[in-house]
Amino acid sequence: MTVAPPAPSVAPSAAETRPKLVSRQLEAWFGDNRVLKGVDMEVPARRVTAIIGPSGCGKSTYIRCLNRMHEMVPGARMAGRIELDGVDVYGPDVDPVLLRRKVGMVFQKPNPFPTMSIRDNVLAGLRLSRRKVAKTEAEAIVEKALRGAALWDEVKDQLKKPGTDLSGGQQQRLCIARSIAVEPEVLLMDEPASALDPIATARIEDLLHELKERYTIVIVTHNMQQAARVSDQTAFFLSGELVEMADTNTIFTSPGDRRTEDYITGKFG
Amino acid sequence: MHRTHTDREYEAKLEDLRRRLIVMAERVDEMVEASVRAVVARDAALARTVIDRDADVDRWELECDELCLLVLARWQPMASDLRFITIALKMVTDLERIGDLAVNIAERAQRLAEMVPLEYATIPRMGEAVRKMLGDAVSAFVIGDAELARAVLRADDAVDEDYHQVFRALMQLMQSDPALIDRGIQVQSVAKFLERIGDHATNLAEQAIFMVAGKDVRHLHGG
Repeated sequence: MTVAPPAPSVAPSAAETRPKLVSRQLEAWFGDNRVLKGVDMEVPARRVTAIIGPSGCGKSTYIRCLNRMHEMVPGARMAGRIELDGVDVYGPDVDPVLLRRKVGMVFQKPNPFPTMSIRDNVLAGLRLSRRKVAKTEAEAIVEKALRGAALWDEVKDQLKKPGTDLSGGQQQRLCIARSIAVEPEVLLMDEPASALDPIATARIEDLLHELKERYTIVIVTHNMQQAARVSDQTAFFLSGELVEMADTNTIFTSPGDRRTEDYITGKFG
Repeated sequence: MHRTHTDREYEAKLEDLRRRLIVMAERVDEMVEASVRAVVARDAALARTVIDRDADVDRWELECDELCLLVLARWQPMASDLRFITIALKMVTDLERIGDLAVNIAERAQRLAEMVPLEYATIPRMGEAVRKMLGDAVSAFVIGDAELARAVLRADDAVDEDYHQVFRALMQLMQSDPALIDRGIQVQSVAKFLERIGDHATNLAEQAIFMVAGKDVRHLHGG
């Protein structure tokens, strides 16, 4: 029997090993309520990073700080540092609107624009950024984004229908298409499947495996099985602190911290 | 502080499984003890009771497997719970095999009881050694003591050495007096079965270490 020698392993380049996002001593408040307490965390590029933790632990606030959505809430503020590819996203030269094009977000409840067609929903992000797009280019962008969100085959013959005519799962994939149409580098997802049935959830999870080839994904989820299924890294937040972050296999088989263990096995003292 | 699961039904199922494993280990240990005593005391009736209990062990194995599948399907356990379920599936297999080996010893005891007695002092010592290994492995699992489990791994070397001694002594005996071959082979088999029980107790100890420390130590220690 002849066994082919293994293919030579290719060492990842410095850009691939450098974290895409870094937070240092990140603090966040709503008024006097301190919801993040000095979070140091590194999000690897082109991986799915799941953030789990009980309600109120700060996980949604954390990702909303990453694309400066937190500061849009009246009374909200933050301290510390967040870097995207080594650049301080709260630096004076950073335009939050441009930042949010690079770091897109998908929310818990699918939120297509109700008055817009499927096609226009996909293009909404581009139009909001006042970019002029030629018709043929627009058609190409719509198809590419819908294909990227695994929705093209289901809607290609009804692009002029309202986005709200679609099922909940399709609407969520439409929102993902809208996010990726502006070619972001990072996709933040806040409970993206919690309002969906198991089949629609499976479609989103399947899609995540494809999306991470091109994007860095951070997903906040209450569903631990979902975190275990889709993520490469898992971070556990508790009371505004990052308790533990490790590769997902480790977190769900042998977590290092007792608090992580108790949370994911559903224990109380 | 003992921490219990918020979901009491889940907690009860895990506790039921833990209890079943312990009871199964105790019953299997009793079978090993009785089988060795049947060899030493040349007690065919006692050996019969061991053979009759094998069906119970087989049933417990199936029940534990079923319970593990049910918990996996309904609760999707994580972390130490997941390690517990996966090792429980392996533990019942080892315990069931130990039960089978006790039956094999009991069958040899029945044949030896029909023969002229032969001195076999090492057999009761091996029996005690493997029972201690079995007891320690199960205790390590119950109380979460990885160090006790590691002691079981070390004890297996002594049992292996005992087996080789018995083997060499019986070979010499049988070569010097071919009339002893029939009995010698039976005793050698008993020693081999005890040595195998030691191997299964070692497996149980490795599983206990995985349960406690989350580290897979199979195939890492000598032997």
